[in-house]
Amino acid sequence: MNAIEINGIVKSYGNVRAVDGISLSVGEGEIFGLIGPDGAGKTTLFRIMTTLMLPDSGSGTVCGLDIVKDFARVRRIIGYMPGKFSLYQDLSVRENLDYFATLFGTTVRENYENIREIYSQIEPFEDRRAGKLSGGMKQKLALCCALVHHPSVLFLDEPTTGVDAVSRSDFWNMLSRIKASGVTVFVSTPYMDEAAQCDRLALIRDGVIIGTGTPDEIVSDFPYRLLSVGGDRMYPLLKELRKTDGVISCFAFGDSHHVAYDPAVTGRERILASLADAGFRGCSAVETAPSVEDCFMWLSGSGDN
Amino acid sequence: MEENVITIWNLTKKFGNFTAVDNISFDVRKGEIFGFLGANGAGKTTAMRILCGLSRPTSGEGTVAGYDINTGQEKIKRHIGYMSQKFSLYPDLTVRENIRLFGGIYGLKDREIRVKTDAMLGMLGMQSEKDKFAGDLPLGWKQKLAFSIALIHGPEIIFLDEPTGGVDPETRRRFWEMIYDTAEKGVTVFVTTHYMDEAEYCDRVSVMVDGKIAAMDSPAGLKSGYHARNMDEVFRIIAGRAEREE
Repeated sequence: MNAIEINGIVKSYGNVRAVDGISLSVGEGEIFGLIGPDGAGKTTLFRIMTTLMLPDSGSGTVCGLDIVKDFARVRRIIGYMPGKFSLYQDLSVRENLDYFATLFGTTVRENYENIREIYSQIEPFEDRRAGKLSGGMKQKLALCCALVHHPSVLFLDEPTTGVDAVSRSDFWNMLSRIKASGVTVFVSTPYMDEAAQCDRLALIRDGVIIGTGTPDEIVSDFPYRLLSVGGDRMYPLLKELRKTDGVISCFAFGDSHHVAYDPAVTGRERILASLADAGFRGCSAVETAPSVEDCFMWLSGSGDN
Repeated sequence: MEENVITIWNLTKKFGNFTAVDNISFDVRKGEIFGFLGANGAGKTTAMRILCGLSRPTSGEGTVAGYDINTGQEKIKRHIGYMSQKFSLYPDLTVRENIRLFGGIYGLKDREIRVKTDAMLGMLGMQSEKDKFAGDLPLGWKQKLAFSIALIHGPEIIFLDEPTGGVDPETRRRFWEMIYDTAEKGVTVFVTTHYMDEAEYCDRVSVMVDGKIAAMDSPAGLKSGYHARNMDEVFRIIAGRAEREE
């Protein structure tokens, strides 16, 4: 049985179709990533899957329970960490945790092992009010509150948005340990570089899934060849590359430009020669494997200039 | 000779016992794209608020666009632009109303605003969008418009506070292309980001850790200095040593 199964979910707000016919399935014990920019429909989908909102149409199950009919039972077996910090700011760290444990008919002591690794990091601040915690600590407390009843499926809506690169990688290390304890994790993010940490992913844009699979499957579908091109005058180089024959698209990727080209039309040598003709000498060009971010840009139809 | 548009000496800001910004000094050159990085809570926002004339330092000296950070705050505000992903346009005003509002706030005359509005709409290709609510525009357009509006009064420096957070990969890159175009015209760009690939697009980058500037150099200089393959590794090495959180 899949941990999550949804079929043809649609949800509109007025004229806007926030979620436009989404189907996906998540295997038990997977880390499944929903990856896409702000406004893509990620949060709406989370609210539907966590039974907080009814879809206009479509159906779904979590651990075999219907997300509409069996909503009360679904709520007992899931943990949900919303994108916006939603704990009680005026309660202390410990009070928040006790409160959530009680709601689920359990105690912190009974489940301490589930959260020990994360909770031990905020335990020194047990008496501090949640509203007075730093962003990183709030995030850890919210995660503990979502885990304290030992859920089968954990829903995390943009847990790393606005978080710096170091804290983001710490957070993903925590997730892989949560997964190791047998919990299925459904997580959303706007950061494409986090995709590699997921077992499987769905790329979402404008309420539609534009690609799904393991990170390897997604990158293997990239239809063009990719060159990583570097040089001295990067911005003029970018503009020149976009004008070059056979170049499908060109975008900056850190210290080089990723140039997608059609191998039937051109190649590395021809591109370099054409750059040299335009006055860009001594450029480097290395064949490179596409990343999930390259694929997202291609799949969202932004590949052509 | 290189001209500095931001010069900061020994800047410190304390809140009670807490030293948010701890004796930092740096210069930013005219036309430079300067990346201001740091972990959450390192003191970036506090420092940036002082540079924008929104907060006074506890101690330290400096000038921004030629005006003193202790005594010339109102003048600083008039000579800089500011944009963040969190707030930049009024969603319930139309495109034209937003331009007019910000033009008015910066003291442009009605006639100037009309001229600027036409020029801006033409340049952005948004003529037919001028009466739409800003909130209804696609994100990429909103950003372009917000960026142009932040430049409406011809500031010497533009401060961009996480301008690309949560934005899709292409829109993020198109935004940086606008940054390049702007810097080429001599406008200095002071930018914060959590995307480490974007740190590579800056001329120089500083990394704040626990209120101090722990490193400052070109991306190439930082990478070779820390024996790192990319800025992400550089950031992890430097910011990984942080002792405090927000």
